[in-house]
Amino acid sequence: MRLMAEGLSAKRGEDLIFNDISFVLDASEALVVTGPNGSGKSTLLRVLAGLLRPESGHLKLENGPPEIAHPSELSHYLGHRNAMKRELTVAENLSFWHRFMGDSPGGRGATLTEAVEAVGLPDIAHLPFGYLSAGQQRRMAMAKLLVAYRPIWILDEPTAALDAGADRLFAELVKTHLGKGGIVIAATHQPLGLDRTKELHMKGFEHLAGDHWHDV
Amino acid sequence: MIALFFRDLKLSIRAGGGAMIGVLFFMTVVAVIPFGVGPDLNLLSRIGPAILWIGALLASLLGLDRLFQAERDDGSLDLMLMQETPLLFTVFVKCAAHWAATGLPLVIASPLLGLFMNMSEIAIGATMLTLLIGTPAVTFIGAVGAAVAVSLPRGGLLVSILVLPLAIPVLIFGVSAVYAAIEDPAPFLPPVMILAAITLFFAVIGPVAAAAALRHASD
Repeated sequence: MRLMAEGLSAKRGEDLIFNDISFVLDASEALVVTGPNGSGKSTLLRVLAGLLRPESGHLKLENGPPEIAHPSELSHYLGHRNAMKRELTVAENLSFWHRFMGDSPGGRGATLTEAVEAVGLPDIAHLPFGYLSAGQQRRMAMAKLLVAYRPIWILDEPTAALDAGADRLFAELVKTHLGKGGIVIAATHQPLGLDRTKELHMKGFEHLAGDHWHDV
Repeated sequence: MIALFFRDLKLSIRAGGGAMIGVLFFMTVVAVIPFGVGPDLNLLSRIGPAILWIGALLASLLGLDRLFQAERDDGSLDLMLMQETPLLFTVFVKCAAHWAATGLPLVIASPLLGLFMNMSEIAIGATMLTLLIGTPAVTFIGAVGAAVAVSLPRGGLLVSILVLPLAIPVLIFGVSAVYAAIEDPAPFLPPVMILAAITLFFAVIGPVAAAAALRHASD
């Protein structure tokens, strides 16, 4: 499987956020997106997840399952928000996503117990999600990546609110996923400690923003 | 999809869910009317079906704005947009769950409130039947409004205003069907058929329109 982005650019309102971004990711490769706040990391990830339409350019998947219309159908997206309901228990949340998302062809999701063990919180799956601390909530959101199999993971600041131990645990999850032939695209400041990593540094349009400021 | 239906049902029953709010509002509105109108039993039984229908219509609009907004706030909507399953099925199932949690209790509570309004058994039965047929249409129409207003922080009133004009035909045919059942010359079946047609029509159009609106609101 190979994910190719060609000449991507995106706008928010009237302003161009980034322009002409291209990359190729093969199976077992990770792309780390870095850059200062406001440089368009999240926007890029939302474009990759199919949640924003790119202004130009396109995203292609080679050697993937034939019936896929957009690579987003093979992707997990972990954004700033955890996509878990505070009122439901962790187990209810995870089993809902497991059943709702299903597995992509070519893999099988972990069972609920395996998933909560993988994130190191096996004892609190019966609690309502809202009772957990911010770090625990983030870890459970990562367990969501495991319960439904998707070859591509798109992660936006995945390690925010995590302690050092959880950081390592997360790097371990990513490594396992890459080892199984997955693709990971992550916007993060923390080094993931991986060998086969490509890096994309986003600078943003500081000069453009400056010009705009003078006009106003 | 079944998982989504039961999750939404569970959410509406748990703390902070809107299942009981609608029924309570419905009861409040209808229970207040006799005090305002006065103890004229004939008048009450004459306006009863209309009051029940207006109360049910307003009550079913009440929780609609949170239909997609709650999903958007915690990021679940993003994941739903990304799936291989067409978004319109997801919207349809969410509407069905929303109706089961908020519309169905209104139908069940209506006979009790019909007694408040001194309605005859036939009138109560007809009101219940028309509410059962008509309230899903309000949910499907409301889903469109909810999807359009999904990114607005205080979209509640806006949703009601957007939705109400489209829901007026439901009200008209619902009430006229009940009156047809109690007043002899008018036939009962045609307005009920039209009501059912409206519901079926919006069950198709509503999810399509709401899914399109959600796609465009996602940025």
